Amino acid sequence: MGRETRAMQDDETTGPAALWLLDGEALWGRKAGAAGKSCADCHGEAAKSMKGVAARFPVLGSSRDKLINLDQRINVCRVELQKAPALQLESREMLSLSAYVGRQSRGMPIDIHVNDRTQPFLDAGRAAFNRRQGQLNLACAQCHDRNWGKSLAGNPIPQAHPTGYPIYRLEWQGLGSLQRRLRNCMIGVRAEPYAYGAPEYVELEFYLMWRARGMKMETPAVRP
Amino acid sequence: MARVVVNLPGQARRGEVIEIRTLAGHDMETGFRRTQLGELIPRNIITRFTCSYNGVEVFRADLHPAIAANPLITFTTVATESGTLEFRWTGDNGFSATHTATLTVV
Amino acid sequence: MTTRRQFLVLACGGLATGVQAQLPPNIAALRQAALQEAMRKVTGGAEVRRGRVKLDLPPLIDNGNAVPLEVTVESPMTPADHVRAIHVFTEKNPQPNVIGARLGPRAGRARLATRARIADTGIVVAIAQMSDGSFWSDSVNVVVTLSACLEDGLI
Repeated sequence: MGRETRAMQDDETTGPAALWLLDGEALWGRKAGAAGKSCADCHGEAAKSMKGVAARFPVLGSSRDKLINLDQRINVCRVELQKAPALQLESREMLSLSAYVGRQSRGMPIDIHVNDRTQPFLDAGRAAFNRRQGQLNLACAQCHDRNWGKSLAGNPIPQAHPTGYPIYRLEWQGLGSLQRRLRNCMIGVRAEPYAYGAPEYVELEFYLMWRARGMKMETPAVRP
Repeated sequence: MARVVVNLPGQARRGEVIEIRTLAGHDMETGFRRTQLGELIPRNIITRFTCSYNGVEVFRADLHPAIAANPLITFTTVATESGTLEFRWTGDNGFSATHTATLTVV
Repeated sequence: MTTRRQFLVLACGGLATGVQAQLPPNIAALRQAALQEAMRKVTGGAEVRRGRVKLDLPPLIDNGNAVPLEVTVESPMTPADHVRAIHVFTEKNPQPNVIGARLGPRAGRARLATRARIADTGIVVAIAQMSDGSFWSDSVNVVVTLSACLEDGLI
């Protein structure tokens, strides 16, 4: 990531992600659903209540049989507590809220712990990371573990740590989630990407966040 | 109305040059992109941005498709007197967005 | 998402009707001419001298979709001696104009910053028009790289 791209990321007021943060802040305070509650009604000031939250996701869902990521957890609040329809994944509202909540963890270390119950998901995520896929028959690990730092068509290969999601990707000219970026990777190796919300993505996200544990959150980041 | 962000100090000394940073939410569709079926996506951009200070235009920019999505425009103006700054974005398909800010000049 | 049927129809149609979506072979010359013409529209053919203008943008660009650029011009910005306008152009885009800003003594400083789309490796030019009618310029050579792993695969 070049110096200028980093400067855009550090510019909180007029960086490209600023518009989504403003939308997220507005949504945080807006009453919704049959229960007529806003996020703020239960959680108060996001800067206090959401501090460190995004750095701990994905977590085990309440049914204890699958992982959920932050976006899915927001929808749990929407549906079960606000009695409002779920926000569509990757919609502007979802991304704005996700960016706003994630922003409250900026600068904090990624805090993923694995226990007996979540170990199988970590293993599944790690297996996915190391598995060859697509027409190009490439595994994530081949580029991002074994060849990071080298160039791929003029661009440096990163280690692929999800420290800043949702990101403003210059290529998208908009904000997008980790799942959108993972879909780009899968298309990149000519594999059929999973649908948004697929458990395979959440398991992979869990592995990637665990792999990046201790690194500082940068949400919302700017990336090429 | 589209989301806009305007950043400027609330107060300045008379004669001080202040920096104004503005951001507008807009796709800035260039008119050069094609769909997967080869159809041209029509141009839809912000074409003009103006800043008026107590009714006098102090800055104007004509934007072209080569301006990135969610356009940032940063410029300066002299804090001459207390008053209102009005920012206006206009563009294709009748696009219009405005924002006003007050400046206290001491 | 294009279906296989749609793709075949498109491909065969393309072959039959010819080069609609293809770029002309002398595209570089055409764009260079368009750049010169756009600059001439602003200067009216007057001499453009190098200097007084500083165009700041990264020489190596991560992604051409949003390139931060800044133009500053040395000028006292008094009613007698100021920058009237700043224009930015680029060589390799489908059309050469980037931004044209009107300033004046009320600006206090001749400084403009924005984010541009630069399609390909080439030059970016900034021209400042002074209150005395003279034109000054600066240009930067930029290298534009493309992101890896995009959304729209092959067709």
